[in-house]
Amino acid sequence: MTPQAVSKPIHYRYFINMGPQHPSTHGVLRLVVGLYGEYVLSLEPVIGYGHRMQELMAERRPWPAFLPNTARMDYACGLPHQHCYLLAIEKMLGIAVAQRGEYLRVITTEINRIVSHLLWLGANLLDLGAFTPILYCFDDRENFLDILEDVTGSRLTHCWYRAGGVLNDVPADFADRLRAVIKRMYGRFEIYKNLVTDNIIFQKRTKDIGIITPDLARRYGATGPVLRGSGIAYDIRKSMPYSIYPQLDFDIPVGEQGDCFDRYIVHIEEMRQSLRIIEQCIDRLPEGEVRTKLPKKMTLPPGDCTFSVEGARGEVTYYLVGDGSDVPYRLKVRAPCFSNLSLLPELCEDMLLADMIATMGSLDLVIPEVDR
Amino acid sequence: MKKYFSDLVTGAKSLVAGFIVTFKALLSPVVTVQYPREKLPVGKGYRGHPILILEDDTGRPKCIACGSCMRLCPSQCITVQGEKKEGDKRKYPTVFQVDFTRCSLCGTCSEVCPVAALEYSDVYGLAGFTREEFQYDLLADLPGLVETGFKPVSAD
Ligand code: SF4
Ligand code: SF4
Repeated sequence: MTPQAVSKPIHYRYFINMGPQHPSTHGVLRLVVGLYGEYVLSLEPVIGYGHRMQELMAERRPWPAFLPNTARMDYACGLPHQHCYLLAIEKMLGIAVAQRGEYLRVITTEINRIVSHLLWLGANLLDLGAFTPILYCFDDRENFLDILEDVTGSRLTHCWYRAGGVLNDVPADFADRLRAVIKRMYGRFEIYKNLVTDNIIFQKRTKDIGIITPDLARRYGATGPVLRGSGIAYDIRKSMPYSIYPQLDFDIPVGEQGDCFDRYIVHIEEMRQSLRIIEQCIDRLPEGEVRTKLPKKMTLPPGDCTFSVEGARGEVTYYLVGDGSDVPYRLKVRAPCFSNLSLLPELCEDMLLADMIATMGSLDLVIPEVDR
Repeated sequence: MKKYFSDLVTGAKSLVAGFIVTFKALLSPVVTVQYPREKLPVGKGYRGHPILILEDDTGRPKCIACGSCMRLCPSQCITVQGEKKEGDKRKYPTVFQVDFTRCSLCGTCSEVCPVAALEYSDVYGLAGFTREEFQYDLLADLPGLVETGFKPVSAD
């Protein structure tokens, strides 16, 4: 019986709580799922379990003291958040960024994107019941994390960017190590192709499943690989270029019909593009200071400022209001996962429960970023 | 019908291709480390908990108890007090406490220190049963430091 054949009185539904401690919700997300047999009739995400009042914290402390928090918004890909916060601050204060520092920021941001996509890849396949690929993903991820650790001092919650550049210069062997890891990573795509992309079971689980139409994606403000999977080439790095991205040569991969498989392809291609960006940046890495000298105390002028960057999951926006002191009057963060999550109820109506898991996994949700 | 069988063949082929990958991995060198028994060296830039650097000649802390780190720490987890005892040329810290439960390992304290008296250790995986265990007195010996034989490199 298809779910359409069932009229939907509420007493037909069997409600289950998926989460907040469910392995495939990747964090503390609770889904109230109304089921008719195996079919999802309704779905309601309940969020807020990981709410830490990050925005309020920003309004209670001087702006440099908020830097460690930015990386904790999104534990899988924190550097774009930090980048965005600092770019907003720098725009507001009119700080010129040291060229070398900016290149290093872009390199580390792109490494972070790859790291995040690899984590997604492994975890998403784990949701689909494939245990093996996550081990390959983590093998690659470790290599990139080792480099990040040497540079930024930590593996996940990096706090390395500073206003005007970065905290310290990279180790001397940085470029060579990175080149070696990139070279290895290019070879690994073949493995992922054989192991995952071509796999018939994976294709049956993802092709034509969870189709996000461009209209649906637009209505909910989805960004990142979710939007690009639906065929819309919207990437802040190209459409609202910032930092040094206009000088770099890279493509924006898009999907065709917006199913889970397309989103998977977009993620894989994005890793390739990030590798290209990193390669170009290492080749052009200028010499000199990594950080401009700034006065000790800098107050935020009255007024507001918005900045958007492309995070691993979509558009990250920081909206900052200053009032003449060094404590921001207001900070608003737009996290991509919130919008991406909000299209899930409409998308998953009348879907099989197992397909709903596959679809949710393909959205690449990081719940602390939704809650903040 | 024909499509059914051709799908069957390509499907089976794809599974075999996957098995070839895993079989190759079986024969390639092991990349995992048996963690508690084997440990990898920690990266040079890794930040563990903050530690005080000692002066080479006197063996006393380089810290001049200026309090910059205490004021600028985002988590406000450092407590420094110092005094100038008789016969000393400058202030030495008498209390230097770090509440490691709140430290975010951000790098600010070592960055702002005017005399480069703070560094980060390479100790990781610290665990305890009470919060009090993480109230570190940096003037005393720290857990882990002795065990790993960690020697801070002087920052200058
Ligand atoms: S690393 Fe940061 S949070 Fe930790 S003690 Fe130093 S300044 Fe405070
Ligand atoms: S900033 Fe340096 S010198 Fe000043 S109190 Fe802290 S450790 Fe001591």
